[in-house]
Amino acid sequence: MSTKISIQHVGKVFGEGSHRVEALKDVSLDIADNEFVTFVGASGCGKSTLLRIIGGLEYHTAGDVLVDDQPIMGPGADRAMVFQHYSLYPWLKVMENIKFSRRLKHGRENLTSADVEGASGRADALLSLMGLTAAANAWPNQLSGGMQQRVAIARALMGRPQILLMDEPFGALDAQTREVMHDLILHVHRLEKPTLAFVTHDVEEAIYLADRVVLMAPRPGRIDTIYEVPLPAEREQDMKHTPEFLRLKKEILARIRETSGMKTDQGMLDQLNMQEAV
Amino acid sequence: MQTRPGTRPRRATAKSGRPGMWSIRGPLSRNQYWLFAALGLLVPLGLWWIASSGAAVDKVFLPGPVDVFNRLVTWYTEDDLLSDMGISIYRVTTGFLFSAVIALPLALMIGTFRPVQAVLEPLTDFIRYMPAVAFIPLVMLWVGIEESSKISIIFIGTFFQMVLMMAEDVRRVPLAQIEAAQTMGAQKGETISLVIFQAAKPALLDTLRVTMGWAWTYLVVAELVAANSGLGYSILKAQRFLQTDKIFVGIILIGLIGLVMDQLFRLAHRKAFPWLHLRS
Repeated sequence: MSTKISIQHVGKVFGEGSHRVEALKDVSLDIADNEFVTFVGASGCGKSTLLRIIGGLEYHTAGDVLVDDQPIMGPGADRAMVFQHYSLYPWLKVMENIKFSRRLKHGRENLTSADVEGASGRADALLSLMGLTAAANAWPNQLSGGMQQRVAIARALMGRPQILLMDEPFGALDAQTREVMHDLILHVHRLEKPTLAFVTHDVEEAIYLADRVVLMAPRPGRIDTIYEVPLPAEREQDMKHTPEFLRLKKEILARIRETSGMKTDQGMLDQLNMQEAV
Repeated sequence: MQTRPGTRPRRATAKSGRPGMWSIRGPLSRNQYWLFAALGLLVPLGLWWIASSGAAVDKVFLPGPVDVFNRLVTWYTEDDLLSDMGISIYRVTTGFLFSAVIALPLALMIGTFRPVQAVLEPLTDFIRYMPAVAFIPLVMLWVGIEESSKISIIFIGTFFQMVLMMAEDVRRVPLAQIEAAQTMGAQKGETISLVIFQAAKPALLDTLRVTMGWAWTYLVVAELVAANSGLGYSILKAQRFLQTDKIFVGIILIGLIGLVMDQLFRLAHRKAFPWLHLRS
């Protein structure tokens, strides 16, 4: 598989002088075409910052980020992003939200009439893929959190991005909805074949979805360990209970705890573990 | 304790678990709302009527509702009330519209581009603390004593607050909405017109509604400047002749016009932004 995203010795510094914070230091990672990579790590490890740099929403202060061997210059339609919340346009109905990119000059360039018809068909297809057909004419604030995120995903997919960046997209959803969304996003990944970079704080989610889990550590933000997920490509919910899944989950959780650098947290957890042992 | 028959319905509702109107943020039906609203208007009116009807109170000190109503009628029949109202509404809305038309693009720029914010916000913040009344001599010097001077005073009183509030509305547009557009390929201009402005619109209309009220409070000040008509001018003139009842009419009319305009803004809000008014 060819490399889609190449992150080379990337560094990121926020602020100046005494407010200087090194959010990322010497981060290097190649993400293959159509790969599904998830990022986990203790808070402050820079996983969201790294995702936003790939999306062109932040600039890196050192190193290079290449997409198809070209350095990225700001945000672009080839790298669509799905946020945790508040990204839908409340003044547009669901269908209009999904078709938003059609209002942009970028989306109207070099279009044939067949493209226009195709786009309408695509919006309909995405709507039914996401199970939103009945909600096409609803306002976003009439929908549940899970449905709103499905609209956001459909809207991001509308422009056929080669890369889909997801920043804790299911972080605000309840556990049952989240499981449904996991299988949905895996289905989307198989169907649309985007390269997928996905930030989460839920380790189970990170393993279940990914080909590789990238564990990052804070102060300064860096890549600590990269785990290959030893599961078949076709995921099923039952796999979450297999020994290899549980072993990996335990290993990653332990490593996050070790790298978090929070002495008080560690002390508290040790205390809890001792109580459990008793 | 014995239960009197009269108290039983209340207990029944308590049993049904439905929160009463006096529970914290409790429900109020439409009819109950209007009942309370009417009470809120009629009780002060009644108190006023009682207070003024006592023989001890001089009419010059406190005219009664009937005196005020009579004055309203004579003002309408003999002193051309409608043209006083017309000219005042004209001054306020013109000053307000000028203010809005200039404030809107400025606020969009301040709320979107940090350098513009750095240049304009401290300056605006500084000017808005200057009393509009104190500008009267300068306005007379620079603008003259024509209609434009009255409109200028209302503009000065409204504009600077309006810019700052609108800029804040623009700044409150969620970053995720802006960034989502950017990652769908939106250019700078498209992001401003298709996302930032659209997202800020409801808050901007609310700001217009609030600042419209402030524009009215500057009417009397504006009509200090060589006016010979208008509600504010009439109040000032009535003061000179101790026509307390006319002062009352003027003040109440300004209040009523303000109330009507406020309601028109609210109506426009409901019509223009239906997704914000789904539960009513």
